[in-house]
Amino acid sequence: MVKRLTASPLVWPALALIALLAVNVIVTPSFLSIRLQDGHLFGSLIDILRNGAPTMLVALGMTLVIASRGIDLSVGAVVAIAGALACAHIAGSADPAGPGTVITAMGIALGVAAGLGFWNGILVSIFGIQPIIATLVLMTAGRGIALLVTGGQIITVTSPPFKTLGAGYALGLPVAILVSLSVFALVGVLTRRTALGLLLESIGVNPEASRLAGVRYRTIVFAVYVFSALCAGVAGLMIASNISAADANNAGLWIEMDAILAVVIGGTSLLGGRFSLTGTILGALIIQTLTTTVYTAGIPPETTLVFKALVVIAVCLMQAPKFRALVRNRRPRRTSAHRTPEPSPKVTPIAQIHPVSEMSQL
Amino acid sequence: MTADTAVVELQDVTVEFPGVKALDGVDFRLLPREIHALMGENGAGKSTLIKALTGVYDTQSGRIMVDGNDLRFTGPRQAQDAGISTVYQEVNLCANLTVAENILLGREPRRFGHIDHRAMKRRSRELLAELDLNIEPGSVLGTHPIAVQQLVAIARAMAVKAKVLILDEPTSSLDADEVAELFRVMRRLRDCGTAILFVSHFLDQVYEISDRMTVLRNGRLVGEYLTAALSKVQLVAAMLGHDLELLEEIGDAASATKAREGQPVLSAVGIGRTPGVHPVDLDVGRGEVVGLAGLLGSGRTELARLIFGADRATSGTMLVNGKSTTLRSPRAAIAKGFAFTSEDRKGEGIIGELSVRDNLVLALQARRGFARPLAKKTKDDLVTRYLDALDIRPRNPDALVKNLSGGNQQKVLLARWLITDPELLILDEPTRGIDVGAKAQIQKLVTDLAAEGMAVVFISAELEEVTRISDRIAVLRDGHCIAQVGSDCTVNELTALIAGGVQ
Amino acid sequence: MITQTAPRRVIDIADLIRRVRGRYLSPIASLLLFVVMFAGVVGRYDFASPSQVFLNLLVDNSYLIVLAVGMTFVILTGGIDLSVGAVVALSTVIVATTLQAGWPAPVAIATVLVVGPLLGLLMGLVIEYFDVQPFIVTLAGMFLARGLCYVISVNTLPIKDPLLRELGLKYLYLYEDKFIRWTVVIAAVVVVVAVYVLHQTRFGRTVYAIGGNRQSAQLMGLNTSRVRVSVYAISGLCAALAGLLLAVQKLSGYSLNGIGLELDTIAAAVIGGVLLSGGVGFVLGSVIGVLVLGTIQTFVTAENLDSYWTRIMTGLLLLGFVLVQRVLARNSLREASKR
Repeated sequence: MVKRLTASPLVWPALALIALLAVNVIVTPSFLSIRLQDGHLFGSLIDILRNGAPTMLVALGMTLVIASRGIDLSVGAVVAIAGALACAHIAGSADPAGPGTVITAMGIALGVAAGLGFWNGILVSIFGIQPIIATLVLMTAGRGIALLVTGGQIITVTSPPFKTLGAGYALGLPVAILVSLSVFALVGVLTRRTALGLLLESIGVNPEASRLAGVRYRTIVFAVYVFSALCAGVAGLMIASNISAADANNAGLWIEMDAILAVVIGGTSLLGGRFSLTGTILGALIIQTLTTTVYTAGIPPETTLVFKALVVIAVCLMQAPKFRALVRNRRPRRTSAHRTPEPSPKVTPIAQIHPVSEMSQL
Repeated sequence: MTADTAVVELQDVTVEFPGVKALDGVDFRLLPREIHALMGENGAGKSTLIKALTGVYDTQSGRIMVDGNDLRFTGPRQAQDAGISTVYQEVNLCANLTVAENILLGREPRRFGHIDHRAMKRRSRELLAELDLNIEPGSVLGTHPIAVQQLVAIARAMAVKAKVLILDEPTSSLDADEVAELFRVMRRLRDCGTAILFVSHFLDQVYEISDRMTVLRNGRLVGEYLTAALSKVQLVAAMLGHDLELLEEIGDAASATKAREGQPVLSAVGIGRTPGVHPVDLDVGRGEVVGLAGLLGSGRTELARLIFGADRATSGTMLVNGKSTTLRSPRAAIAKGFAFTSEDRKGEGIIGELSVRDNLVLALQARRGFARPLAKKTKDDLVTRYLDALDIRPRNPDALVKNLSGGNQQKVLLARWLITDPELLILDEPTRGIDVGAKAQIQKLVTDLAAEGMAVVFISAELEEVTRISDRIAVLRDGHCIAQVGSDCTVNELTALIAGGVQ
Repeated sequence: MITQTAPRRVIDIADLIRRVRGRYLSPIASLLLFVVMFAGVVGRYDFASPSQVFLNLLVDNSYLIVLAVGMTFVILTGGIDLSVGAVVALSTVIVATTLQAGWPAPVAIATVLVVGPLLGLLMGLVIEYFDVQPFIVTLAGMFLARGLCYVISVNTLPIKDPLLRELGLKYLYLYEDKFIRWTVVIAAVVVVVAVYVLHQTRFGRTVYAIGGNRQSAQLMGLNTSRVRVSVYAISGLCAALAGLLLAVQKLSGYSLNGIGLELDTIAAAVIGGVLLSGGVGFVLGSVIGVLVLGTIQTFVTAENLDSYWTRIMTGLLLLGFVLVQRVLARNSLREASKR
């Protein structure tokens, strides 16, 4: 029974999360308390959920991209661009507080985000460029573009409707977390109730075989990059709305790294193929809880990164079969017969060339 | 040390993996100055024996002796240092390095700690000369064809002055000329004192080159024989026993001629793609098996891919059931009822990390589109039906396909396409690299399908197989279709056609 | 029988051309790009001394050159090292803090040169022996190093040590009034050593072999584990050294140094023709990549543009390069399929 439980890849992230929460409770007994005030729920747990909502969202998009054997480094830049565009529109409009303006602003931001995702899709799926480089281009140039939009300044806006996304409440919970969880539910249904999950995993494990089996390789690859960018766009709106300003330099800084970490901690392999959305949510929660733990436990905030590093390594090691084997058998392994890998075609790591039939099309 | 002392000897060696005994108390002897063939189906333990010998695998019991000394290798390096060199089926060299580096890396001549490039080039030139290989040592390995790369791999083995040379399926990617060349090299090495262990599925080649052979079955030793004293029938019997009748059945079924009626499922006129395939005419009718025969590089796979839409044709037209079509992608071909299994099973066929069930329904699901997933019950029924129909082992739909043997993987691929109920089935080397048992099953399956009305294009490098199964054979050479012959063509005539004009 | 070939000279030229079209094509293209860009920038502005502008490129970017060398080793094996920017910052902070605490300069420098490779070694061990993806491990390494930076000090710490001031400020005159600094000399030494190691030692060739096909390299009997761990230690060493060069250049230690530096380094390598999939590329190519990036910065400064234009232009250049590489790769694949 224990063996079957430990066999599930979700066990380790779940345990890590529980452990973190336990540490919090020990240090701050009132950590788990949630109170109702003005019809809104407040508490440390709520804070974790609200602050982690953008990362969660970006991580969801990232999960699908990684499952397709790709990676999207540009999400941070898209976050910045989305926030910049929205705030620039609102600030420059005649009626910043009007719902119409806000909706247009968001529409522009999301439209451009989708376009950027489409751009990534073109580079990866049509030109066949390695995803890590293709998205590195936008990552490098993107923040510059965001700064261009804001003219190098921080644009502040005063617009109550805009504020709801990042800082507002609905049904007692922060709007941000409701949005993220809805997207989680939506994508979950989309991938598991339809055949999308199977087709996506198939592409991630063996793109060429999938293409020959008639899987719509190009469409699906485009879709995941657009989806990832859209998630980043919404996250960018959340972040900008939360501070009612667009800070092109800092918005979404390192969010791509946090998102990738969340995905990996959640058990999805960077090499593509099988993926777990639940795992990603767990991973994002772990990362956010970590930050909160450091804060509420009174540990100097400078050490946050060190803790983050340690937790990440710990979870990744626990997921690594070789590490588990080392811990389990103290003496040198005799049971496993493999010492050297089989002579087989090498599996290239994360930076893959999508082998979209070199010889055909274009 | 008498002349009979084995160079390498395994005594009662067992290799176990979780749940499976890959080698069970196997004895093996390799004598000096011989070419020794290791025979057996897939899963018989041939690869395992080699890997146990070269230190890639741990052994759970038994002794390994080299020149009479008990030895236990901890890795490929020690095995090489002890004089045992291996050339694997996939050429295990680094294509981005030069030929000289691939030959000598790890024991390159050095001066004051740094590599003496000139001496390295000189030494590699010597080794290449012994193999009659006229290539530039400074050239990048990847710029040469696979056959050359394989010989470079052998040159590397020779550089170590190997006592034992192990060749694992060295001829699967070679054409007849290249095989002859390889055999010449092997004989010379043997005469100079190297013992050669040779694994191959090509029975003819084994009979041509080996002095003795060892047969394994299900991880156990069946016997050690002198090649001259063992007939082919006895060998196959030792390897598998009952499937002999299957092979005879197939011969009978295919010899019945069929009358072709109606229009052909596929009629390709002048289909071609520069530069690999010159315009070819090909018709395939219902219930017909059309074989594509030719040497490696003759354009067989390229032609198949053109028909399937995997590559875009630069010339010609295609008529499917009489209607003109252009197939721009595999999806388009699949929509017309085509199916295709690639010769590269691992790279273009199976989705290794997914289950047997997922692999089976993939093509069908892809055609239905993601919005119409198969109901669980329907899926399970289909899967069970095809697992049984094709005798796929193990009968576990949740098993990961990468853990199945080659033969079973090929059957999963076939099932994947049969589930889509195709009109035209294109099989590229479906029996390559799989055990005789599965091979016979697949050949019978093809014949049965054709008898039920499916149109089949069958590509194989084994001319005997092609002649046995096909109703008509298109002979390809250098991208041209030079002849189309009937099923009464013998292997010799076919060989002559293919060879005709080639020096 | 080795057939008698035609007169050597003709064969040599044809062979040379063929080889150029092969693996040297990318770095040569990068070199041409740099020359064109530099000439363009020099031609556009009325610089008093174009050669000094070039030398300034070297002076300003010597730390990035050293970083690029270390990163090249890692990328050649098919890996990646995201921690280098943080290690650079850590190095500046450590050297500044220890000097302030009164440690003698050589000891401070030695400490830095031990910490960097040590972190790299740890990362390499986790990557190799526990099979965790380099992306993740070095990302954690980045967090760890950056975190340590913040723990040690969040302020800018000035460096007043005479030895380091000498290294950072002293002019080394080459000819006429053209000068460089010691940092350039150090970077040049690093480059020369790296080229030697990669092309003249078994270690270096093993690096290429691993990048080409790791399983094959193992089966060929090469010591792939040791090499794969070592390249991360080398990258760590280069990052530490680069940190020292940056510290003497700015004469301060600051924990927010080098944010995003790892991506610049990777961009430089890619522009220089090093393939992220491993096995292909040259250290000199990465160096040229650094010079290209430096030229962009020179242009942006001279044109008085906002600094974010550097990022946009770098991105565009990267895009252009990647597309060209892709087209070339496709063409060579078509040629290979012809046979």
